[in-house]
Order: sequence, then structure tokens, then C-alpha cells
Amino acid sequence: MKKVLFTQTEGGKGFYLLLAILGAIIGVGLLGTFHMEHNGHWVTGMNQQIVWGIPHVFAIFLIVAASGALNIASIGSVFGKKIYKPLGRLSALVAIALLTGGLAILVLDLGRPDRLIIAMTHYNFRSIFAWNMIFYNGFFAIVGIYIWTMMEKRMNPYSAKVGLAAFIWRLALTTATGSIFGFLVARQGFDAAIMGPMFVVMSFAYGLAFFWLVLNASYRMTGRELGGVMTKRLKNLLGVFVAGALYFTIVMHLANLYAAEHKGVEDFILNSGGIYTTLFWYGQILIGAIIPLAILYYPATGNSRCGVTFASLLVVLGGIAQMYVTVVGGQAYPLVLFPGHEVSSTFADGVINSYSPTLSEFLLGIMGIALTLALVAVAVRNLRFMPASLADSVADPHSK
Amino acid sequence: MSESNQTDLTRRQFVGKGAAAAAAVTVAPGVLLYGAAEARNLDQPASSDVRWGMLIDTNKCDKGCNDCVTACQTENGWGGENSNEKNSSPEQKAQWIRKVELKDISTGHTQSLPVMCQHCENPPCVDVCPTTASMKRADGVVLVDRHLCIGCRFCMMACPYKARSFVHESLTDQKAHAPRGKGCVESCNLCVHKLDAGEGVTACSVSCTKGAITVGDLNDEKSEIAQQLKNHKTTQIRADLGLNTGVRYRGI
Repeated sequence: MKKVLFTQTEGGKGFYLLLAILGAIIGVGLLGTFHMEHNGHWVTGMNQQIVWGIPHVFAIFLIVAASGALNIASIGSVFGKKIYKPLGRLSALVAIALLTGGLAILVLDLGRPDRLIIAMTHYNFRSIFAWNMIFYNGFFAIVGIYIWTMMEKRMNPYSAKVGLAAFIWRLALTTATGSIFGFLVARQGFDAAIMGPMFVVMSFAYGLAFFWLVLNASYRMTGRELGGVMTKRLKNLLGVFVAGALYFTIVMHLANLYAAEHKGVEDFILNSGGIYTTLFWYGQILIGAIIPLAILYYPATGNSRCGVTFASLLVVLGGIAQMYVTVVGGQAYPLVLFPGHEVSSTFADGVINSYSPTLSEFLLGIMGIALTLALVAVAVRNLRFMPASLADSVADPHSK
Repeated sequence: MSESNQTDLTRRQFVGKGAAAAAAVTVAPGVLLYGAAEARNLDQPASSDVRWGMLIDTNKCDKGCNDCVTACQTENGWGGENSNEKNSSPEQKAQWIRKVELKDISTGHTQSLPVMCQHCENPPCVDVCPTTASMKRADGVVLVDRHLCIGCRFCMMACPYKARSFVHESLTDQKAHAPRGKGCVESCNLCVHKLDAGEGVTACSVSCTKGAITVGDLNDEKSEIAQQLKNHKTTQIRADLGLNTGVRYRGI
């Protein structure tokens, strides 16, 4: 492989226009957040039954995608696949940016975001949530060091070892994120140990899809070459990850269908749940898995950058649909306190809980995505994250 | 003059004490036990020698009766007609205790019972809380420390009983003994201010004219609640979760 030249992106009007657009989205998102926090959560669609809504859907998607985006770097330095090495820096950068975007949403949705310092100083080590905070902070630190070992020549010899640490850390992080739901034993919609590993596999797909969208857009915008060899590699990887996520989804629902106590919630998600059923079949399964797989493995579309980009976009949309079904759908299905009984009360016992998200919740969620992209844009402008070229002659010395 | 007054006072005290002694001898032992409850020294931590609990006899609980809910609202300053949650939708308003109507699907048998925080020995809300705001006192009362709650609502996700509520707006006119505020989570506190004062009752238990709610120390074998638990079959809601709730039910 030829020596890869890394360069900063150009400044100029295009860069500042991009920043202005992203800045405007972030600004509007912050206004929405101020509206929510100043008035209280009564201005949102969240209520006593659906306590986590659209902000959490976006936040958890971005956090899960963050660990997945690091995969490209891991494959290069941990598994020694040299072709991926030029993408290592950008992969780690996108990972950190995604985590920042996700956490920003999560923090700004707290009932008391002003008490963030308490979350950092009072740890309950029995809480998987507290463990996640440690994992998130550790992720910033380890991936930060990882980037340093990749970018600083005299640190290069350590990059494989630090990369291994980052890889193990990210596996633990995503398992812990999935376990936020998997450990909720009382809720029929969650309570599945498979959710931890399933989130890991989903993170592979969501992270790579998001990474491809950033890679493709930034190479187009900066006029850099991205050859067919790299495209094909990433396309194959994305296909395997999307198929893996689909496989875990099938196994989880089959396992739940086998257990009589979960039949109610399975019928709700798969058959009678209205918006949740629609989002599951059309969003998560069709748009998020079947169509992308068809695009990726059909030669005419799978080998084109446009095809891979479209497939990646669908995987991201399907991922957000999956998060909605998992997070909100799991709460919409009523808790079963008295098996074998019909129940009613003034506190929504025994009824499907309703949720109508408001604009400010969407603005906060989209702000997280804009923040992620803005961080990447600023970083690649100021530091050498991106290879000057990923043409076939650079990516693969054996190509013609 | 002053001497004469002194004599009168002494005589009144004598009569008063005599009447109290006579009442104590004649009235039921349950009342004696209630009278024996002592106020907790608030400078000392709660003791694990005590485990506060509640027994709800659903056979005595009337369908349509909401007295326990109303009493809790009045005592702790939430909900009701004069709710201080003016902006929240009905789905967003807090509810510390609710009446649940049950109908057995196979037999059609109906029941009515109140559900609130079950004050678990192994509370999932305490396990999941990232900041230790959700906590269980040594005497078994599960509470939220409003100084530490960041409003993440993970405890609400984890509670099997839907016992917790989130405050969706700024509040005024809170009760001094029941702090409530925007952005924090709250739930039934077993009227801990009453227990600490040695009253040995909760607002809901006092309000129940049918005597369906008994409050007491589960660890004290002589207490009425312990005796009832010993002599009658009782149930925990979702006993399969192994949480060992402090609130037990009779008749379900």
C-alpha cells in the first residue's frame, strides 16, 4: 500500500455555508430545548406513562451508532486489515462526534439538566445508567488517545494496542446501552437479555451507515476521490451488519413468542400496535433491512456510490424507526400487574398508552445530529483526519 | 388566689390522667399499640430494627370509594380539584396512589384496591437510579432525595407498579413535609413524616372507614400488621419478581 497522505479540508464559502446551516439547526434545537426546560415537560408529548420519547429515540440511536462508527478503525488496527487503515482517523472522529451529539440530547432532556454535576459526582454502582456514564466518559478518553496514536507518528506503534482497548470498551459500552432496556425485568416490552448483544450488532450497521454518509458527503463536497475498491469493501461490510441486525431481531421476537407471558406485547408490536406495528414492519424491517440488503447485493446498485449511499440512508431511517419501536413501543404497551385480569384505573392501567411528540422534541433530536456533523466538519477542517484520496490506486495497491 | 388556681389545675390534671388511664384499660389493645409508637429522633438515622409496611384487605375495599386517594392528595399536596399542576394534561399529572379495578377474565369476579409505591426490600428504582436519589431508608421506606434527582426517569421505567410520577411543571404551595418540584420524580412516601412523628399511621390508612388499610412494623411480631400477616394468607403484587414488597394485599 502506498503511503497515505492525510490533509485538512479547505475552508472557503462552502465550509462556512455548511457550518451556518448546521449552526442554525443547532440554534433552533436549543430554542426548543429552552422552551421545554423553561416551562417544564408539560409542553412535550411525554407523560407519566411514556416517560422517554423522541429525544431518547434520537439520543440512543446516536450513542449506539457512535460505537459502531468506530468499527472501521478497529478492523484496520485490531484485525490488521490494512485497506481500512486510512479510514481509521475519520472513523474514530465520527464515533466521538456521534457520542457527543447523543449525550447532548440526553442531558438536555433531563428534568433537571442544571444538576448534571450531580450525575458526575454521585454514582450508584448498581445502576446500569451510572455504568453507562463511566463508559461514555471512558469512550471519549480512549478514542481520543486512539486518535492521537494514529495521528502522531511516534505514537503509531501503540495504535494497535490502544485500538484493541477501544474495541473492547465499545463492545462493553453498547452492551450496557442495550442493557438499559434489557435489564428492565418488569416491563414485558423489554426484559430480554439478548438486547445487549443485539444492540452491539445494530450498532455495527447504524454506525457504518452513518459513517458512509459522512465519508461520501465529505469526499463529494471536498472533491476528493473515493474509489470503487473502498466502496465495495464498505458495502460488503454494511450488508453483513444489516443482515446480522435483522437476524438478532428475528431471534429476539421468536424467543418472546415462545414465552407465553410475552405473547401480548409481541402481538402488540407485530400485529395490533398501530403506529408501532407500521414502524416495525415498514420502518425497521422493510426500509431498514430488506430494501438496503436488496440494494447492496444487487450488482448494479451495490457497486455504485449512489446505491450504497441510498442504502445507508435507509439503514439510518430504519434504525431510528427501530429505536422508536423499542423505546416508545415498549412503554406504550401497558405494564401487567395482575396477570389474568382486566384492569382499569385513573392512571392508565390496562390501556395502550398514547404519545404525541411535539415539535420541540424533534428539534432537540435533530439538533444532536447537526451537532455531530458540525463537530466532524470543524475537526476535519482543522486537523488531518481525511486521506487526500481514496482512489483505488491508494486504497488497494493490487488494483489496476 | 394563685394557690387556689394551683389546686384547681392539679385536680384537673388528676381527672384527665384518671380518664386516660381508664380509657387505656378498657379500649382495644390495638389502640394501646398505636399509643405506644414513639417519635423517631430525627438526629439519628432510621433503624433497620423496624420495617414499615402496609396491609390492604381488598375484601373491605369498596369499588368506587376513593377516600384513600383523596386523603393522600390532601396530606401531600398533589392532584385533586385544586391541583397545583395547572398546565399538565391528565396524562401528565402526578398520581401517588390510585384505585385499580380488577376483573378476573375467566370468572368475572371483580375487585377494587389501591396501588401505590410498594416499598420493596429490593427496589428496582433504587437499583437503576444513577445518582442514588432513589433510596431506601433502613426502616424500609423508599424515597426520592429531591436534592439528587436529575429527572432522568429511569426509575419510572424500572418500577413494576407504575408508582412513580414526574413533575412536568413549576409548582407552588407545596406541603413542607412533602417537597415537590419541577423536573423531579416522586411517589408515595408512606407518610414518612407521620411515621417519624410516632403516629404509626398514614393518611390513607386513617381515611379508610372500612379499616382496609393497616400500617405497622413488619418486624414487630406483636404489631397488628404482623399478626394479620401471620394469621391470614396475603399476596404481593408481582411476587414473581422477588422484590419482597412492604405493601401486602389480602384477598387477591
